[in-house]
Amino acid sequence: MTQLDIDHTLASMTTALQAKMSALGASKPAMIGIHSGGVWVAERLHQALALEEPLGHLDISFYRDDFTRIGINPQVKPSHLPFDVDDRHIILVDDVLHTGRTIRAAMNEIFDYGRPATITLAVLIDRGDRELPIEANIIGRRMTLAAGQNVKLQGPEPLSLVIADKQQ
Amino acid sequence: MPPRNIQLNEQGRLRHFLTVEGFKRQMLIDILDTAESLSGVVDRSVKKVPLLRGKTIVNLFFEPSTRTRTTFELAAKRLSADVLNINIAVSATTKGESLLDTLYNLQAMHCDMFVVRHAESGAAHFIANHVAPHISVVNAGDGRHAHPTQAMLDMFTIRRVKGDFYPLTVAIVGDIANSRVARSQIHALTTLGVNEVRVIGPKTLIPPAVESLGVHVYHDMSEGLRDTDVVIMLRLQNERMQGELLPSEHEYYQLYGLTEARLAVAKPDAIVMHPGPINRGVEIESSVADGPRSVILEQVTHGIAVRMAVMSMCLGQGMEGGQG
Repeated sequence: MTQLDIDHTLASMTTALQAKMSALGASKPAMIGIHSGGVWVAERLHQALALEEPLGHLDISFYRDDFTRIGINPQVKPSHLPFDVDDRHIILVDDVLHTGRTIRAAMNEIFDYGRPATITLAVLIDRGDRELPIEANIIGRRMTLAAGQNVKLQGPEPLSLVIADKQQ
Repeated sequence: MPPRNIQLNEQGRLRHFLTVEGFKRQMLIDILDTAESLSGVVDRSVKKVPLLRGKTIVNLFFEPSTRTRTTFELAAKRLSADVLNINIAVSATTKGESLLDTLYNLQAMHCDMFVVRHAESGAAHFIANHVAPHISVVNAGDGRHAHPTQAMLDMFTIRRVKGDFYPLTVAIVGDIANSRVARSQIHALTTLGVNEVRVIGPKTLIPPAVESLGVHVYHDMSEGLRDTDVVIMLRLQNERMQGELLPSEHEYYQLYGLTEARLAVAKPDAIVMHPGPINRGVEIESSVADGPRSVILEQVTHGIAVRMAVMSMCLGQGMEGGQG
C-alpha cells in the first residue's frame, strides 16, 4: 500500500465515519487511538473530522490476556483519555484488526474510565483470522495474508505498511 | 561462572526483589518507568488494572508496620490481586523453624507472592531460597539489611522532582548504622549514578567503613548539607537503639535536627525527604516537614506505584516477547 493509497483509504474512512456519526446522532464524538499504530491513524482521522476535544491514547498493556506469559514492558505509555467517557459516543481506532484480543482489552480499559453511549471501531486494515467475536464498523482495507505473515504499520510520518514473516 | 543473582530468573527478568544491591542501572530504571506507567491508574474512575487478577499475594509481616503494609496492600489491590495480611509476632528462639513452617503452609494454599517484613537481616533471602519455583518474594524490610521498595520510591520521588540523577548531591542524615532504608538508598543512588552521596550523623551512628559503599561521611550538619539537592532525613529508631549511642534526643536535635536555619545552606531548590514515621522535634522541625520543600507525603503516594511496578514485574516474568 503506497502513501497515496493510505491517504485515499483514510479519506474514505473519514467519510464513512461522518455518515456513521450522523446516523448515531453523535454531534460531538470523542476519539481514542490504541498505542502505537492506532494513535497514528487516529491522529489523521481526528484532524480530518475536526473533532473538538483532544485525542485519547490507550495503551492496553495492563489489560492484555497474555501478561503472565510475556511480562510487562517498562516502556508502557500511560493511557490518557482527556475527556469524560460517560455517555459519550466513542470512536476507537486501531491500525490492524487481527485476533480481536487487542480490541477486547481496549474496551475493558475504556469501561474502567466510564460507561460510553456507543463505541464505533475503525481500523485501517482488517486482516481477518479473528479469535473473538469482534468486528470493526469502519474498515479501510481488507487484506489476506499467508500463514506466518504479519502486517505492521510504520510511522508516524510517513505512514507505511510493511508485510513481513513472523519471527520465530 | 559467577552465581546467578537469585533475584533474577533464567531470562534475566525480575523474580524476587530482596535488595537493590547487585542490580544493573537499567533494571532500576525499568522499575521506575513501570511505576510511572502505573501511577496514572489512580486518576481513573476505576482505580484498578487487571494485571494480577487471580494472583494471591500474602503480606507476611513479622514486625509491625502501618504505612508499608498498607501501601503494599493497596498496590496489590490496584493490580486486582487477592491480598492476605498476616501479622506474626515471632519468638526469637523458634524463628527459623516457625518461619519455614509458616511458609510451607502458605505455599500449600497456592499463594503466588510473599511480601515479607522481618526484624532479622536476611529473612527475605532465607524465604526466597526455600519457596517453590513459581513463588516470588518481595522484601518489605529485613532487620538492618535492606528496604528496597522504600529506596525505589525515594528514587521515583527524586526523579519526579529533579528529572535526572547524574548532577545531584544527596545527603542522608541520621542513624545510618541502624537503618536498612539508608543502606538501600545508598545502593540505589550509587547505581543510578548521582554525583555525590553524603551521609551525615554522629560517629556512633555511622557504620565503620561506610566509605567503601561510595559515600562521603560528614559529622557536621552545616558542612554536610552545603549545596545539596536532596536531603533525606532518617527516623531516630528508638526501638533499635540499644545501649548509650546518643546522649539525649534533645542534644541530637541540637546537632542533627533539620531546621529551617540548617536547611538554608542547601541549594535553594533542595527537597526534603523522610521515609516516615517522622519524629517532629527529634530529627526534623515541624515547619520543615510541612514546608514547601518537603516531599514526604508525595513519597507515600509514590510508594503505591513503585510497589505495583515491583509486584507486576515479579509476577509477569514471562519468556516470550511477541505481540498476541
